Amino acid sequence: MIPELGQLALLLALAAALIQGTLPLVGAARNRADWMALARPAAQVQCVLVAFAFACLASAFVRNDFSVLYVAEHSNTSLPLAYRIAGVWGGHEGSLLLWLLMLCGWMLALARFSRSIPAPVVARILAVMGLIGAGFLLFMLVTSNPFERIVPVPPNGNDLNPLLQDPGMVVHPPMLYMGYVGFSVAFAFAIAALLGGDLSAQWARWMRPWTTAAWCFLTLGIMLGSLWAYYVLGWGGWWFWDPVENASFMPWLAGTALIHSLAVTDKRGAFKSWTVLLAIVAFSLSLLGTFIVRSGVLSSVHAFATDPKRGVFILSFLVIVIGGSLLLYAWRAPKVGLGARFEMVSRESMLLVNNVLFVVAMLSVLLGTLYPLLLDALDLGKISVGPPYFDTVFLPLMAPVLFLLGIGPLARWKQAELPALAKRLRWAAGVAVLATLAAALVAGRITLGAAFGVLMSVWIVASIATDLAHRLRPIGPAPVSLWTRIQTLPRPLLGMMLAHVGVAVFAFGVSMVRTYEVERDVKMQTGDTTEVAGYVFTLRGLRNVKGPNYDAVQAVVDVRRNGTPVALMHPEKRTYRVQGTALTDAAIDRDIARDLYVSLGEPVEGGAWIVRIYVKPFVDWIWGGCLLMALGGALAASDRRYRAKQASEATSPITATLATGASA
Amino acid sequence: MTPRGKRFAIAAGIVGAVGIAAALVLNAFNSNLVFFYSPSQVAAKEAPAGRTFRLGGLVEQGSVKRDGVTVRFTVTDMVRAIPVRYEGILPDLFREGKGVVAQGQVGGDGVFVAREVLAKHDENYMPPEASAALKRAAAASQVGVPR
Repeated sequence: MIPELGQLALLLALAAALIQGTLPLVGAARNRADWMALARPAAQVQCVLVAFAFACLASAFVRNDFSVLYVAEHSNTSLPLAYRIAGVWGGHEGSLLLWLLMLCGWMLALARFSRSIPAPVVARILAVMGLIGAGFLLFMLVTSNPFERIVPVPPNGNDLNPLLQDPGMVVHPPMLYMGYVGFSVAFAFAIAALLGGDLSAQWARWMRPWTTAAWCFLTLGIMLGSLWAYYVLGWGGWWFWDPVENASFMPWLAGTALIHSLAVTDKRGAFKSWTVLLAIVAFSLSLLGTFIVRSGVLSSVHAFATDPKRGVFILSFLVIVIGGSLLLYAWRAPKVGLGARFEMVSRESMLLVNNVLFVVAMLSVLLGTLYPLLLDALDLGKISVGPPYFDTVFLPLMAPVLFLLGIGPLARWKQAELPALAKRLRWAAGVAVLATLAAALVAGRITLGAAFGVLMSVWIVASIATDLAHRLRPIGPAPVSLWTRIQTLPRPLLGMMLAHVGVAVFAFGVSMVRTYEVERDVKMQTGDTTEVAGYVFTLRGLRNVKGPNYDAVQAVVDVRRNGTPVALMHPEKRTYRVQGTALTDAAIDRDIARDLYVSLGEPVEGGAWIVRIYVKPFVDWIWGGCLLMALGGALAASDRRYRAKQASEATSPITATLATGASA
Repeated sequence: MTPRGKRFAIAAGIVGAVGIAAALVLNAFNSNLVFFYSPSQVAAKEAPAGRTFRLGGLVEQGSVKRDGVTVRFTVTDMVRAIPVRYEGILPDLFREGKGVVAQGQVGGDGVFVAREVLAKHDENYMPPEASAALKRAAAASQVGVPR
């Protein structure tokens, strides 16, 4: 009964979404306040219905209702409760429902926090989001119904893919989807701007916090995915340039360009049509990412069975959304205007270079990801594009980004003087060079990549420190405590600095791991010892362990350095009972300066095992950097300035002077 | 500089940068494409010597031999079979009789030296490359594809 209620709720939600997607739009065009006013309640009704449907599916999982096909395919009575709930988004149909739920969450937030935005604008934005929701609901109801029943009812379910039975996997998809779907807000803003034919600086100010928030979620989502791949797949890598990873990375690259271009539109009124285009591109890539990952087009960990009907629907949906919005763009963009002028050397030109580089990077990933799919679809042969391509393309593209990151935030809007900039940054440059030399001395050997990584990370941090010191210098005769001065700095500025420090931390981690990691596959028997990078690994023994729904062989590995114990590690090789699948559970000893990583390969003759041992210096800095970026974004998005109404522009004199001098 | 000259300089700068980037991308793309070949194609010497490519098919029953860290097995499309050598840990779902894709080069002795072995994380799932190899071989030799 409950699943039928869920399905009914989805049908009603479709009706609500269609109302939300049409009437307010017509109302905004004809200036009818009563029709426009429908947008908010319709969005709320749709949210309640979708949330109810989601709860119905979750309850089917919790109650082990295997008469529902989707539950039977992705759950089992022996599955722990937390994973049964996570099982809701363990497959194609449920992921779509989760996507929809996230969309509703964003709509609800928008309906709630949009009081300062004029009614026609809100009506258009919510209508566009309603149409997106309607498209997804239709897709679910027609091709991927999560509530489909199965006869006869199987006695037990097929179990959740063991790879997904992990805390990281419980959180990763919702985060990633929050990011993907969050770009629908930016997209809706852009489409509403095109329809209304106006994109003022005020507009960009409304759009900024939403876009930054979405970007934060996406950053966290990608970070969690990478972290999960690191410890679950047992390969010890953090990024594989797998098509699925690329699918989430492309919207991130476009979104990063977007938040920077939005800064220019907000502060200077420039880059307007470019901002609109980027918003459309970021969301289109999010849609593409959602679909190519879950539709089975890509052969990867995430892919599920293919159904031609779904493919056709997906393709038409993408064509309508992307083609339609680009057509609208071509037609209306000239009305939006280009905006203010700027000089060759200025904050604007720096951000322009940032945008060009990020978009080119995004396009190169797009080429490497879609070209093999295209060739295959046209039956022209099967090819794959591996990590070497992405590495060769990405490093040269990102190198200038890192370098300019040290300069851009210090350059003035409209016109900056190169000699003055050079003078301000000479200390930062000196510190960076000295730090690189010191690092080379400490490490004993250094590669070009590592030297560049250290140089750029220190350069970025030193440049931010220079900037911060300048902004925090005491002004005026009255002594003001440092803490008060820090508090008067605008939050977006602090957020930007934090995120940029995150970039430096990330770059440092990447260059260290790439240069100094040591990987070794060895055959070990109980009592055998292997030395890797100064650490002595001893296999103490092997034992059998029973988990809730798996059996495992667990190794006990003792790690010492210069005779002193460092860690006792327990890597496992699990066999999940229901599907009979094997899973490698790596043991990781984390430390700020290095990770020790041990995973079990396979048993060989004589009770020995092939064991994979890695020592990865500074690998955690990679995810730490991502976390800092997301935190910085959150700090920037939380600024009160975005929420305040236009009327309350007048602020205290000290904040106002600081804000104009220090505009982020 | 006049405003027009400045705009021209900016536009030229962007076009130049994008041009360089495009050249870089396409060059890297060309030299890093990995083509896919089936065992029959490799046996017929269609695969390029000294270049990395992907070989896909089924792991032949009873062909897996381990010697310490080195593994030897045979990839077949039910018509021809190619010996493969790999050093390291095989993926969890690597099984005899299941689909596999290996990436590497053919050595002088005719053995395919794999640098990477991919087996997908679903028991019932067949890598598209592997199933394509089986279908092609079956069509060529007019025998059914075992499932």
